[in-house]
Amino acid sequence: MSTVAFAGIAILTLAAALAAATLQKLMHAALSFAVMFVGISAFFFFLGAEFVGLVQIFVYIGAVAVLIVFTILLTRHDVGKVRGFNWSGVFVAVAVFGGLVWTISKTKSLSIVPQQIKPVTVQRIGELLMTNYVWPLQCVGVLLTAALIGALILVMEEKS
Amino acid sequence: MPTLSMLLVVSAALFCIGLLAALSRRHAIFILIGIEMMLAAANLNFIAFWRFAPQPAPPTGVMVAIFAIAIAAAEAAVGLAMVIAVYRHFRTTNVDQLDQLKG
Amino acid sequence: MADSFDQIFIRAKQWLLSPISCRAPDWLIQVASSLLNIAALLGVFLTLFALISVLERKILGRMQNRYGPNRVGPFGLFQPVADGIKMLIKEDIVPARADKIVHFLAPVLIAATAILALGVIPYGRNMTPFIIDGGILFFFAVGSTTELAVFMAGWGSNNKFSMLGAMRAIAQMISYELPLIITVLPVVMIVGSLNPDKIVGAQSTYSLGFVPHWFVFTPWGATAFILFFVSGLVESNRTPFDVPEGESEIVAGHMTEYSGFKYATFFMAEYIGMFAISGLGVTLFLGGWHAPVHFLEFIPSYAWFFVKLSILLFIYIWLRGTLPRTRVDQIMNFAWKFMLPMAFTCVIAAAVWHYTGRGLRGWLWSLGVIAVVYVTLSILLDTRRKFAPRTYRFAE
Repeated sequence: MSTVAFAGIAILTLAAALAAATLQKLMHAALSFAVMFVGISAFFFFLGAEFVGLVQIFVYIGAVAVLIVFTILLTRHDVGKVRGFNWSGVFVAVAVFGGLVWTISKTKSLSIVPQQIKPVTVQRIGELLMTNYVWPLQCVGVLLTAALIGALILVMEEKS
Repeated sequence: MPTLSMLLVVSAALFCIGLLAALSRRHAIFILIGIEMMLAAANLNFIAFWRFAPQPAPPTGVMVAIFAIAIAAAEAAVGLAMVIAVYRHFRTTNVDQLDQLKG
Repeated sequence: MADSFDQIFIRAKQWLLSPISCRAPDWLIQVASSLLNIAALLGVFLTLFALISVLERKILGRMQNRYGPNRVGPFGLFQPVADGIKMLIKEDIVPARADKIVHFLAPVLIAATAILALGVIPYGRNMTPFIIDGGILFFFAVGSTTELAVFMAGWGSNNKFSMLGAMRAIAQMISYELPLIITVLPVVMIVGSLNPDKIVGAQSTYSLGFVPHWFVFTPWGATAFILFFVSGLVESNRTPFDVPEGESEIVAGHMTEYSGFKYATFFMAEYIGMFAISGLGVTLFLGGWHAPVHFLEFIPSYAWFFVKLSILLFIYIWLRGTLPRTRVDQIMNFAWKFMLPMAFTCVIAAAVWHYTGRGLRGWLWSLGVIAVVYVTLSILLDTRRKFAPRTYRFAE
């Protein structure tokens, strides 16, 4: 049962990712990108990390995908003109994939099945964020604020 | 339940598709999409290693994934803002044509 | 006796599942149980949608001194059936230069996400269809997908009006999503959980037997509820915030190029989104399925939930009959200059309420915090001094 679910999610994710990387129409690629993130959150749910899956959907589909489609909209006079495909990238990607798979298959300690775990609750994550991880949390807050301001300044109209 | 190596193969495939998009597409937005994909593959690895660790394990993988998502969101926002700024200035989003250091 | 009425739907579900529950494997029972939940959800809310669509027209009619639909069936109650048949037999037009796949997927996605959001709301005692630990987060995660669907509708139609409507819709949805989520934060903070059942459970007690401990009866809760309700109005694109589909300006916004059943799907998604956001408001601030006074607890819990839901829906219709449409820039200014600071104030006021003992003292302190910020904001945003001959920035 769970192997079937795993295969289904893996096929959905990888197919959507491949579509996002290769489709000629930008808008279709961006929407496949969103579908890919649904697949990744399904993986997170499957592995028992519900909270991360929900955050993933919230951040990527609610914010990043909308940002990407907006950028496509704002730069659309260029859409269709930028064609061309760099075939050397394919070779590099395939070579890296081959290397990774070879390494994974050679590592004996990786063919394990997971033990039963208690699902990690939102309360536990909240407690950890406020105790052990409070400094990273503050840093991420500062980083996000800086990114917000930086992005705003970047897209401001240039004064001529 | 599938083994850890199956999950790792999936995330390796995802990473390489992201690499493919970042290396071979000429449109700037595709490069960003590729980088996001690679980050997502890394997140998948964090969660997988956490799930397959000997129990009871502290949820470190989960926490790292949450922070990685936040940072990836910031990266996407700034990256897309740069795409828009570059497009305004050069009237193109083809990264091959952006070969001038002079603004 | 009262208890058996309260749990009647749970019993019915167990009875329906009993033929397979002893033999079948666990996952099959789980799937069957989920399917029953989904069927019940769809049945209830599609009926409610049909009912509200005719009641809205009748109530609006009464508010405008006319009868409203009264031809089909008793009191015109079968009007939705007639409307449905009309929608189904209309021609389905797809513009020649539309992006066909995106154009087709947009209404599917928007309806699916609207229905998904209904799944985590507790409708009665033991009556939460899908129990997720981060239920509130699930609600907003699913809700944020709507923006993408609206954009797909606007882009896929390849029409100026569609694109403009979609841009307006997304702009206002993103702007009001911030206050919407931040007003939920105080409740989550006070309860210490993102689980809707626990949030309802935290509001279950009564002072003196008749004052319910609903969050709307605290200063921060009342403020947050009003902000939440206004943001909900915007999120569901209802009057007075219906600029994305303002028919006098941009035909029908992102729905311009849709006809027949696809248009009906958009319409349905809008109403279901309204039910979902009202249901969440009832859960978070109005005590969920608990009775307003203790001795009325014998009335089944789901009845209380739907009574509260109908009151909120009536207010939605009432506002539509009363208020004119606002301008786009007014909506945006209101979101960023007033709603967002007030929402943050609610978070602070809730913290003050908690740390001053949750009693009368806390009540007064948090009221003070909110009053100070409210008065300051109203002085800062006062526009009375700027009376001058009217200038037209958006028309010449």
